[in-house]
Amino acid sequence: MTESGTTQPTVQEIIATFKDKPGALLPILHGIQDTLGYIPADCVPDIAAGLSLSRAEVHGVISFYHYFRDTPPGKQTIHLCRAESCQAMGAKQLEEHVKSKLGIGFHETTPDGKFSLEPVYCLGNCACSPAMQIGKEIYGRVTADSFDATITTTEASA
Amino acid sequence: MSITIYVPCDSSAVSLGADRVATAIAKEAATRGLDIKLVRNGSRGMFWLEPLVEVATAKGRVAYGPVQPGDVSGLFDADFTQGGAHALGLGLTEELDYFKKQQRLTFARIGKTDPLSLTDYVENDGYRGLKNALAMSQEQIVQAVTDSGLRGRGGAAFPTGIKWKTVLNTASAQKYIICNADEGDSGTFSDRMVMEDDPFVLIEGMTIAGLAVDATQGYIYLRIEYPHACEVLNAAIATAYKEGYLGDNIQGSDKRFDLEVRLGAGAYVCGEETSLMESLEGKRGLVRFKPPLPAISGLFGQPTVVNNVISLASVPIILDKGGDYYRDFGIGRSRGTLPVQLAGNIKRPGLVELSFGLTLRELLYDFGGGSASGRPIKAVQVGGPLGAYLPEAQFDTVLDYEAFAAIWAVVGHGGIVVFDDTVNMAEMARYSMEFCKIESCGKCTPCRIGSTRGVEVMDDIINGRNLDKNIPLLRDLCDTLLNGSLCALGGMTPYPVLSALNHFPEDFGINAKATAA
Repeated sequence: MTESGTTQPTVQEIIATFKDKPGALLPILHGIQDTLGYIPADCVPDIAAGLSLSRAEVHGVISFYHYFRDTPPGKQTIHLCRAESCQAMGAKQLEEHVKSKLGIGFHETTPDGKFSLEPVYCLGNCACSPAMQIGKEIYGRVTADSFDATITTTEASA
Repeated sequence: MSITIYVPCDSSAVSLGADRVATAIAKEAATRGLDIKLVRNGSRGMFWLEPLVEVATAKGRVAYGPVQPGDVSGLFDADFTQGGAHALGLGLTEELDYFKKQQRLTFARIGKTDPLSLTDYVENDGYRGLKNALAMSQEQIVQAVTDSGLRGRGGAAFPTGIKWKTVLNTASAQKYIICNADEGDSGTFSDRMVMEDDPFVLIEGMTIAGLAVDATQGYIYLRIEYPHACEVLNAAIATAYKEGYLGDNIQGSDKRFDLEVRLGAGAYVCGEETSLMESLEGKRGLVRFKPPLPAISGLFGQPTVVNNVISLASVPIILDKGGDYYRDFGIGRSRGTLPVQLAGNIKRPGLVELSFGLTLRELLYDFGGGSASGRPIKAVQVGGPLGAYLPEAQFDTVLDYEAFAAIWAVVGHGGIVVFDDTVNMAEMARYSMEFCKIESCGKCTPCRIGSTRGVEVMDDIINGRNLDKNIPLLRDLCDTLLNGSLCALGGMTPYPVLSALNHFPEDFGINAKATAA
């Protein structure tokens, strides 16, 4: 058994809830990221112990999937689509605008901690390209102006 | 009598403001003291008209769109609740050319009904297929699917009936049905629409698959990028359990089928079936060797049917109306209908379900109306990021699995992404290599390392460096990827890269070179 980590009780509850499901690791990781916003490194030993896996195996899974993160995100995560359909409708120019507006690149968080920026390869909103997602909200036919307006509204409501 | 108004809840409609429109309509109706029933339906799939508001009238449903919250008060002034004339008025929804010319089988209910209303579903021919299936033997169900000619709509086009038969004939105490809902191809959204706009059809299709092959557990492996679909599916599954359509005694038959949604985590390669199963088992999504086939040894080593959303959602109508009914649509060996998705730089993007056999040109111009920018269409990519780019000279190709294979292209999942003449195809080829580099699972060396080298070679080519050496090198690298990869990610990245090179050499500086030298 791995030594017990310093993770919060919520993590233990999540592990206990899912650990007997077949293929429990992804549901556990989703549960933790949904609750904490990321998967802190100190959860890994507890997850490993709960599922009788090695820490390396758990770490390997976390690092394989683009969606899982091991650092806290900003208050809001902006997923900007980089896929072909959005590119055909100006996603590259939009990407440049978004990066300069926020002053950050992909996989970065603004210094004030308000926004994280992540690329995404298709939101399935290809009939309304270019698309982006903020939290669980999806936006279509995004322009530089509509992006700025959305950010202002999101900031105000955050 | 109360008036029924429809505002779509499909996430594409919502991404254009449908929720705000619905709120504005409810508020305006309350202010005016009008008794309305607001239904959040699925989308009709005419996305340039979304948010598309419909009103039920004696003549049928009348459409207005695209509607923004600011238009709502004017619509009420124009008496739109009685089908009144307004600048946004489009007439009867089902008389709109784009809609009327389609042959909707799999999408028969989509846009008409409230996705989460089981009553709507049953009243519109839902669960008739299951009812028939419950009265049939397993062999008869599999035979009906085989007779229909249905081939995997995820892209591989493998005959669904044969896959099911293999699982049926493989004895095991536990078998599984997996729905591959990891729709990661750019330009595709038909799976998303089915899950968000008609979730019971997928549940019914999976239940029939379970009955057919003796599988009692189903999983929908859903991509994390589809949060709305996740909510809708979970709500529909809960209803299906409550009403005896899932669980241990389906409609009093003593047959059992359990269903659960599992979320992916942003790995494109998990759309490949063996990688998907690894992920479902809680591992890194590394591709497996085949054989053994998943139908023999799949999830947790048990016989498993892995089918795409559209394949499974096409099963209920086949069991309802018979394999022959479905097979009578289509041409050659491509039977039935394909929900085509028009996306990218196109004037009328949307979902077009039709029998196989239309040409690309008809889809792009008759349905799509040409490019959104008004500029000439230079290229279209069919079948997602691993599909070939086709130039104008190939637009008369008929939509048919074999016709596409003959020109070294793929129909794939039926997504068509349109580019106007401002696109640089060398940049797109570089992007394909970059995408492969980002998404490679790392198992096969040609894909893991070749994609990185591919980006470097493309950078050299784009910068005009040493084309005599680098163009053959790119071809050689593509040959290695094509022949040395286990799955389609490495094995098909050469399709977009080489088709771009072959059809648009000028973008790679090949014609310009002579003058530059």
